[in-house]
Amino acid sequence: MQKSRPKHLDLPKIRLPIPGFVSILHRVSGAVLFLALPAVLFLLDGSLRSSTQFEDFRSFIAHPVIKLGLIGLLWAYLHHACAGIRFLFLDIHKGVDLHTARLTAKVVMFVSLALTVMIGGVLW
Amino acid sequence: MVNRHVIGAHYGLRDWLLQRITAVVMLAYTIGLIFFLVMVSGASFQGWKALMGMTWVRVFTSVSIIALALHAWVGVRDIWMDYVKPLGLRLTLHVLTILWLVASLVYAVKVVWGV
Repeated sequence: MQKSRPKHLDLPKIRLPIPGFVSILHRVSGAVLFLALPAVLFLLDGSLRSSTQFEDFRSFIAHPVIKLGLIGLLWAYLHHACAGIRFLFLDIHKGVDLHTARLTAKVVMFVSLALTVMIGGVLW
Repeated sequence: MVNRHVIGAHYGLRDWLLQRITAVVMLAYTIGLIFFLVMVSGASFQGWKALMGMTWVRVFTSVSIIALALHAWVGVRDIWMDYVKPLGLRLTLHVLTILWLVASLVYAVKVVWGV
């Protein structure tokens, strides 16, 4: 059925609800992790060489720019995992009502950011 | 009516389920890894190397990385299908995605099994 209503999409006025934010960030973080996959494997490789090479590798990783990038990846992983757990529960019809869905979306945002700050702080 | 294309999804439930099962495998691996890192908070090189040298850990790591590749394939393919409409471009991106994942998988085998 075609509706001939005029459309007015004022993009700056449209605000994504919090579950929408979690969802799009889940996609963005997934894409980032996909692109970073060889880099992460390279890091695993470096962590498993001989002990002298391990120390060299450690000082290479210690560079602030690389560290910041790694903390970014850490957030991407944590967000993707936490949001993913939420989606698994939604798949089995747990927490689908609006109030709970909004609450769990906030929990996902908070927990992944808090864990990133905590683990990132320890690793810095 | 279902409109079937060469580069459409491979029709629903199977991939949907695959993505969820692989997600659970990776969650189990992640929890195991966190458990180890918390137990050996000193994070010594020797301990890490010994852990990653055990056969069952290597098997678990390999299985998780295979799960990751399958999971990422479904997810990234969904992204292309949502945003890229021209058939030729979409097919190219699908092929590049597969090559990227297969190359990563081969590299991962080298890293995990120390060839």
